[in-house]
Amino acid sequence: MLELDKLVKLVGDGIEAVVTALGLGPTWVTLVQLIVAALVVVVFAALVVLFLVWWERKVSARFQMRLGPMRVGWHGTIQTIADALKLLQKELITPANVDRGIYFWAPVVTFVAAMAVYVTVPFGKGLIVRDLNIGILYILSITTFTVIGLLMAGWSSNNKYALLGGFRSAAQVVSYEVPMALAIVAVVMLTQTLSMGEIVSQQAKFYQWYIWRQPLGFLIYLVAATAECNRTPFDLPEADSELVAGFVTEYSGMKFAMFFLAEFLNMFTVAAIATTLFFGGWNGPFLPSWMWFLIKTLAGVFVLMWFRWTYPRLRVDQLMSFAWKFLLPLAFINIVLTGLGIYIFRP
Amino acid sequence: MDTISLAFYALAFLIIAAAIFVVTSKNIFHSAIYLILALFGVAGIYVLLQAPFLAAAQVLIYVGAVSMLMIFAIMLTARIADQTIRHTNEQVPTGLLVSLGLLAVIVYSLWQTPFAISSDPMPEGAGGTLGKLLLTQFALPFEIVSVLLLGALIGAVVIAKKDSVRREPEAPMTPLPKSAEKVAG
Repeated sequence: MLELDKLVKLVGDGIEAVVTALGLGPTWVTLVQLIVAALVVVVFAALVVLFLVWWERKVSARFQMRLGPMRVGWHGTIQTIADALKLLQKELITPANVDRGIYFWAPVVTFVAAMAVYVTVPFGKGLIVRDLNIGILYILSITTFTVIGLLMAGWSSNNKYALLGGFRSAAQVVSYEVPMALAIVAVVMLTQTLSMGEIVSQQAKFYQWYIWRQPLGFLIYLVAATAECNRTPFDLPEADSELVAGFVTEYSGMKFAMFFLAEFLNMFTVAAIATTLFFGGWNGPFLPSWMWFLIKTLAGVFVLMWFRWTYPRLRVDQLMSFAWKFLLPLAFINIVLTGLGIYIFRP
Repeated sequence: MDTISLAFYALAFLIIAAAIFVVTSKNIFHSAIYLILALFGVAGIYVLLQAPFLAAAQVLIYVGAVSMLMIFAIMLTARIADQTIRHTNEQVPTGLLVSLGLLAVIVYSLWQTPFAISSDPMPEGAGGTLGKLLLTQFALPFEIVSVLLLGALIGAVVIAKKDSVRREPEAPMTPLPKSAEKVAG
């Protein structure tokens, strides 16, 4: 009843009518439609981040028997807006000996990479910007730019803490990307498709969710994804007690905010992919599809926050040996098991 | 000029400009970043050729893995940020000659190859077809490439290991003082 797919279609047709009336061809129609879709996604992402920052602070506070932000708005709900306004006014300090070009582009690359993922995330029935037939592969490949951004930031800052942070993030992400991709491969073996829309439509019923057939794959994905978005217990690239703020040490004002936004967006992305691959995406009874997507994804985000405020940080060597000696073999075992399962139960 | 050609020339310009910067840049980290840009541009060409699977694989492997390892190696190199370190030498004329020769060979072979153009519609989701071909018709080349990569990997480990073994006797371990042994025991 509250489905948004009709509205999306209406807006799309409206744009088509207006652009065609202006005497422009179908290329322009697609272009304008995509720009509008991109704007909607950017606004949505900004709202999500505003909410997530507040929520993280509230969750962490409750975990530590505190209240968290309470002053600005009801239970501090508009605290993040106040913080964002403050960040916007801050001076952009560029330290004297930074590598200027790279220092400038690093937050841009990180932020754009975090945003570009949303091209193919199915937010609800009919709410997907482009259902690429390489969907999940596109997401995996575009997220690698996040690390490039972190490395650029770490290198160009000309600061040993930043450099160490960049180092650690590169080592960590290279290591954890492998088990994560392998966990996703196991799901793709079952779905026989890479398209996100298709994967969601295969899980229409509760018992068809891939979590039931891929419990091990989900656990591997969850651990590796937590490492991918640099969250505790894998937050070594920005371990505050060791590295000040890691790769963001030398950044201030909105440049810092862009890293911050990208980090929270990545958390949402990870939960959204988990929802799509393992928890039936936007499928669900009674409520509109986009609401189901939000509920499931935010539940995933809550689990990530729960990790952060429960587990202590790993040591670097523990981190690496965990990825290569435990997670990777486990991912291979999972693939072999999935293959066997498909061979035995094939119709 | 239609949109496709426009996109192609823009991408080609981007790739060539980035590639020139890769070899002329004075800072090796800048070279690596320009290399990433060039490789990303190649992925764009794949998209234009309606091969999105190849494009994603290109980004995943070249940008995500190869370039990242290169940056990692750069960062691990000692004194890399020093002004004195150089990554160019006086072999520019020779290098130019070799690359021009290579260019001639590539252009000649492109000129001579009769490219078969199919009028069939683009297959949807080329990933499945590619996977099937790799595991049936092209299984042998696929396996040989895998073995080659494995060999490179083991080679890298051997080289790294040798270095650490040779260095070991230089710093003999000092025996623990008696008091420390007690604590450790």
